[in-house]
Amino acid sequence: MRELKITPIKNGTVIDHIGNGLALEVLRIIGIQSLDKDSTVSVALHVRSGKLGWKDIVKVENMELSPRKVNAIALIAPTATISIIREFRVREKRVVDLPDRIVGVLRCPNSNCISNQVEPVESEFEVAARRPVVLTCAFCDRRVDDFLHHLA
Amino acid sequence: MSLYGRDVISIRDLSRPEIEALLESARRMIPYAEGKKVMHPLADKIVAMAFFEPSTRTRLSFESAVHRLGGQCITIADPAVSSVRKGESLSDTIRMLTSYSDAIVLRHPSEGSARLAGRASERPVINAGDGAGQHPTQTLLDLATMQEAFGTLSGLRVVLLGDLKYGRTVHSLAYALALFGAQLVVSSPPSLQLPEEVRDQLEPLGVKIQEEEQLHRAVRDADVLYVTRIQKERFPDEADYLKVAGSYRIDAGVLAAAKSRLIVLHPLPRAGEIAPEVDATPHAAYFRQAFLAVPVRMALLDALLTAPKRARAG
Repeated sequence: MRELKITPIKNGTVIDHIGNGLALEVLRIIGIQSLDKDSTVSVALHVRSGKLGWKDIVKVENMELSPRKVNAIALIAPTATISIIREFRVREKRVVDLPDRIVGVLRCPNSNCISNQVEPVESEFEVAARRPVVLTCAFCDRRVDDFLHHLA
Repeated sequence: MSLYGRDVISIRDLSRPEIEALLESARRMIPYAEGKKVMHPLADKIVAMAFFEPSTRTRLSFESAVHRLGGQCITIADPAVSSVRKGESLSDTIRMLTSYSDAIVLRHPSEGSARLAGRASERPVINAGDGAGQHPTQTLLDLATMQEAFGTLSGLRVVLLGDLKYGRTVHSLAYALALFGAQLVVSSPPSLQLPEEVRDQLEPLGVKIQEEEQLHRAVRDADVLYVTRIQKERFPDEADYLKVAGSYRIDAGVLAAAKSRLIVLHPLPRAGEIAPEVDATPHAAYFRQAFLAVPVRMALLDALLTAPKRARAG
């Protein structure tokens, strides 16, 4: 019998093909402290992958990701795939896809940008380039290509 | 193509034909800006001047432009005595001004503030400088001064000298000059070079930026020498400012090797970058540039606030 490194989940989300070493950042985006306290969160680090060489995997019970969290994962882990599990079966599987406009996911790295001040507005970025991903602030035009350090 | 009712936040909000139309309109506005002719297309209009940062030329030239067109101004000139002091957000201040005026001219210390104001306002917003960001009307008057001197912008060799990092006027200007096919030469202290974001915006326009550290070599072949002040107030650390303060100065010696038709521009105020002796030379165009602020801003206000005449039905 094949040994499973992470046990299957009944209902929830599996985020697979996360770039090696990025699982903890994905967990940060998911916000595990906000999950149902009876949910199990499984993390596999440094798993062999035919596609990536090495990858990370995150499984979270009883949770489906909001579009905003999917966008954040798309920035940090663009190779990730997201599977929605119901009754132990994959009901939906998709690759993460970066939209043209990303709202409320990152902080503008320009500390003098109006979006970092006390204004009733969310941060907003436009995709300037996709390979590699470069974003520009919709308010001040500042470029961002280092997303890990600027998650909102 | 009409600018009626639009925001002007960045020079990139305007197409080349729109900029050309504004420059042509500004040229026709000159006798009105000088008070030699009179017209009042804004007779029923109120323009709010929301200045959250000190300004002399920009605010006064906008106010002069409104008055020359027959309009009225309401002004926040000192945020220290306004509701901002009480903690009001810019969004709320703009919403209030929207209900009191037909257009808002905004200067604010934060980058992106004008874009935010444009979203909050139902009336046209003109960016009169947002931090180290954009200052599109300064660019228009810079272009107007070059156009008046040379009759064209295409092919001009323009040297941008000084603080190209924090000097917001050069960011907008570099883009517009690239749009018009000018040649760009940049000359600045190493710590004050043109930011990557600005270079990225220029790249699709196919412009090649030449770097020239030696001032006399940069000046030798130039048609326009655009000098900027080092923006002391935008340096996070004063020690960094002191390292570059006074690192360049235009005087008769520097201009001795220049072309006879070279013009020297400066968005003003100057703080020692241009010696007073240059004022008396035919190269000095910065006071003409300061005057052209009025007809250029008249042209823009007229375009934003005067409904285009409908074409007569055939």
